[in-house]
Amino acid sequence: MITQALIFIGVGLMAGILGALLGLGGGIIVTPVITLLLGLPIQYAIAASIIAVIATSSGATIAYLKDEMLNLRVAMFLEIATTVGAVLGAVVTGLVSSQVLYFLFGALLIFSTYNMVRKLIGKIDAQRDPVPDPAAEKLRLNGAYYDKASGKEIEYKVTNVPGGFAMMFGAGLASGLLGIGSGAFKVLAMDTIMQMPLKPSTATSNLMMGVTAAASATVYFFNGALQPQIAAPLAIGILIGATIGTRIMQLLPTKILRMIFIPVIGYMGLQMLLKGFGVTI
Amino acid sequence: MTPEMKKEIDDIEKIIGKIMQIGVLIAAFVIVVGILDLLITGSTGYPIGVHPHAPGTILQGVMQFKSYAIMMLGIFLLILTPVLRVVVSIYAFIKERDRLYTWITTIVLIILIIAMVIGYLG
Repeated sequence: MITQALIFIGVGLMAGILGALLGLGGGIIVTPVITLLLGLPIQYAIAASIIAVIATSSGATIAYLKDEMLNLRVAMFLEIATTVGAVLGAVVTGLVSSQVLYFLFGALLIFSTYNMVRKLIGKIDAQRDPVPDPAAEKLRLNGAYYDKASGKEIEYKVTNVPGGFAMMFGAGLASGLLGIGSGAFKVLAMDTIMQMPLKPSTATSNLMMGVTAAASATVYFFNGALQPQIAAPLAIGILIGATIGTRIMQLLPTKILRMIFIPVIGYMGLQMLLKGFGVTI
Repeated sequence: MTPEMKKEIDDIEKIIGKIMQIGVLIAAFVIVVGILDLLITGSTGYPIGVHPHAPGTILQGVMQFKSYAIMMLGIFLLILTPVLRVVVSIYAFIKERDRLYTWITTIVLIILIIAMVIGYLG
């Protein structure tokens, strides 16, 4: 019991540091480690890692609040979609077989790997001129943020509100189902579909992550899926790890680290996908 | 939006940030107490494979200083921090006299409460 608690603190610590360095949420690393290395049921891992998501998100929101990048209206409006999706996802997790969850998680890791490679290569943020959406006007979703690099207040409009809302429902579903923050999906919904600039998209996504995770976490908490002996030491480890991670990020060659760990994440993804088919490598 | 209103919202945002920071710290502290309790006493306070997950049993366990109950309380406090963020946002929108967003944010809070009920019943 005691060694187990120490192991989970260690796993959380590592996941927190690695997550911060790779720009991933802690949740995405925790589940493969708990299931593949420690051999615990994936349902326990998912419920524990959603707690890790809340821990990291609450920490990050504090930092972003000061930057005035957050679009609170966009966050609250889209949270209707993410929280409903998250509750549904959490309920579905209890109904489907472990193999389905392994398969979906594997697919998610492969997608994250692709995403990280794309970011590593780096794309240029194109000048945007989105088509005005009457829904965005009506819901007053258009906003402005202060850009430090240019020292100017940048105004922006959002478009395709229904598309973004639908994507957010999917992001919430994935979050509840797999115990992840699904930050990548949220940024995709705001940045790619709604054409919101990347900086406010990222800040808004961080806030939404915590609220979305709270929706599925309460389901897991009260239905008994949440195991204190896993979630408690893990949360503490992640909180400390994420703090260390963001501190040492400036000192380490992040790009090289990412190059080293991207194949690791990809390999874990492959392992989980295969486990979904009942094959163990 | 008048400058005074903007300042007031900025102030509210700062308060929210502080509340969340304190919330996370308190939750972490309670969880650490639970873990230390487990490490020192070597007992979860419950039979193997059992942990409390209903409000009544958790509170009862906390009173008896059972390690699992304390951990669950800490985890629950951690879950509450983003919920608190939503509650304070409702207040901020009321202050702004923004009826539409007062409603939208209230709907989010209601969904979160329904989540608790679903978990409790399921």
